[in-house]
Amino acid sequence: MPSIDDELSPLQLNRFQHLRHFLTIEGLSRKHLTDILDTADTFIEVGSRSIKKVPLLRGKTVANLFFEASTRTRTTFELAAKRLSADVLNINITTSATSKGESLSDMLRNLEAMAVDMFVVRHAQSGAPHFIAKSVTPRVSVINAGDGRHAHPTQAMLDMLTIRQHKHKFEGLKVAIVGDILHSRVARSQIQALNLLGAEEVRVIAPDTLLPPYVDQFGVKVFSSMKEGMRDVDVVIMLRLQKERMEGALLPSEQEFFRLYGLSQDKLALAKPDAIVMHPGPINRGVEIESAVADGPQSVILNQVTNGIAVRMAVMSMAMSGQIAELTADEEVA
Amino acid sequence: MTSLIDVDAAMRDMVEKLKLLCAERNIDKPALVGIHTGGVWVARRLQSLLGWDGPVGELDISFYRDDFTRIGLNPKVKASSLPFETEGRDVVLVDDVIMSGRTIRAAMNELFDFGRPASILLVALMDVGGRDLPIQPDVVGASRRLESNQRVKLLGPDPLAVELREKTGSS
Repeated sequence: MPSIDDELSPLQLNRFQHLRHFLTIEGLSRKHLTDILDTADTFIEVGSRSIKKVPLLRGKTVANLFFEASTRTRTTFELAAKRLSADVLNINITTSATSKGESLSDMLRNLEAMAVDMFVVRHAQSGAPHFIAKSVTPRVSVINAGDGRHAHPTQAMLDMLTIRQHKHKFEGLKVAIVGDILHSRVARSQIQALNLLGAEEVRVIAPDTLLPPYVDQFGVKVFSSMKEGMRDVDVVIMLRLQKERMEGALLPSEQEFFRLYGLSQDKLALAKPDAIVMHPGPINRGVEIESAVADGPQSVILNQVTNGIAVRMAVMSMAMSGQIAELTADEEVA
Repeated sequence: MTSLIDVDAAMRDMVEKLKLLCAERNIDKPALVGIHTGGVWVARRLQSLLGWDGPVGELDISFYRDDFTRIGLNPKVKASSLPFETEGRDVVLVDDVIMSGRTIRAAMNELFDFGRPASILLVALMDVGGRDLPIQPDVVGASRRLESNQRVKLLGPDPLAVELREKTGSS
């Protein structure tokens, strides 16, 4: 099955095989991912200081281009850029000139003319950040903040950072991803990252109606029941039920979904006693997760949010670094 | 490998100079902070020779370098760790080799983001000249002038030795 990733992977690396954009996990090496996690670790230390700011991207400008609603991802990207001392533009797409008929391409060329150095892109269409990365000048890096059902690589990396903090390594880990796999770009990126980092087993647990076709080709074990799928897992990742993307009757009701796939204390008891519970947010309490579990001792949901800032700081500084290295190499050739 | 300088002798000398300087300035129990990686090794050695207790702070100045826009991010960046309050504290900043002074400028900027120290003393195992900035160490173990194609590197942590390297090519 040809994927847009085949074309996209070389695009996100510079001639030294370092990140220059960050569009997808697919096509990256384990070393790329480990470098991101190690760099993010150092930014966690920065976040614990009284002055939570380093001058690394001072004088650089980052534009947040969110063509789709987001609060957590947009604010953590904004905080990450600000903690790197970059200037941040939040382009409100709904009130911007695109709603006056300006084309996407014209808008991007205008931002380039303002010497913006990085675009953080969220878009409902799969492949939109890829399209933008192909069209930008060599002085712009593009970061994918979630595209359609395709990928959400910074979310996957903050999840990997959270897992590594609590479990220390990926070898031997059994990870269950539960719920709305069909609509989840997060799940796709997580599965790729977990397999690349050497997790022993990645499971998906969902009703047939919420699984994408050919899911078994993703390198996962598929379970339709929590009772079997949850057994002995080290990490449980709950996904949000994406009601806004559902067309037609994929579920009998939310109550029915919660009864079968919602994470309750009883179902969590099937996992290892030290299993951690994750959720990319926003949480639908009582739909995919019980409040007692979301707020319970095994939940690391708020650690994920904190780690999101560190991972985004890492990815932005690495992509900017890759852009600079490429520009410097171009100058030497010229 | 033979070391360019006698590190043990230089260390003993630095300890005496540092003790005198601290006495002169009425500095009691300063915080030792080493700059990654060699400066941390030197700071730890100093601490054990001085018999001071408490942790040694570690600074990785990668996020504060002035050449990010030319060479990008150090791929081996480590977390800084200052496991003590620096606000109002006398700090002894330690590096292995001082040359341009740019590393020290970056380290002082980073230190101030942790709090406003009462004072900073600068200690370097080796001064090789070639300064770009008006920064001078208070205590130096050994001074050497280098040819333009020469660099020194501290090997360690145990034993510590200074290696002379000749640069080849245009890099």
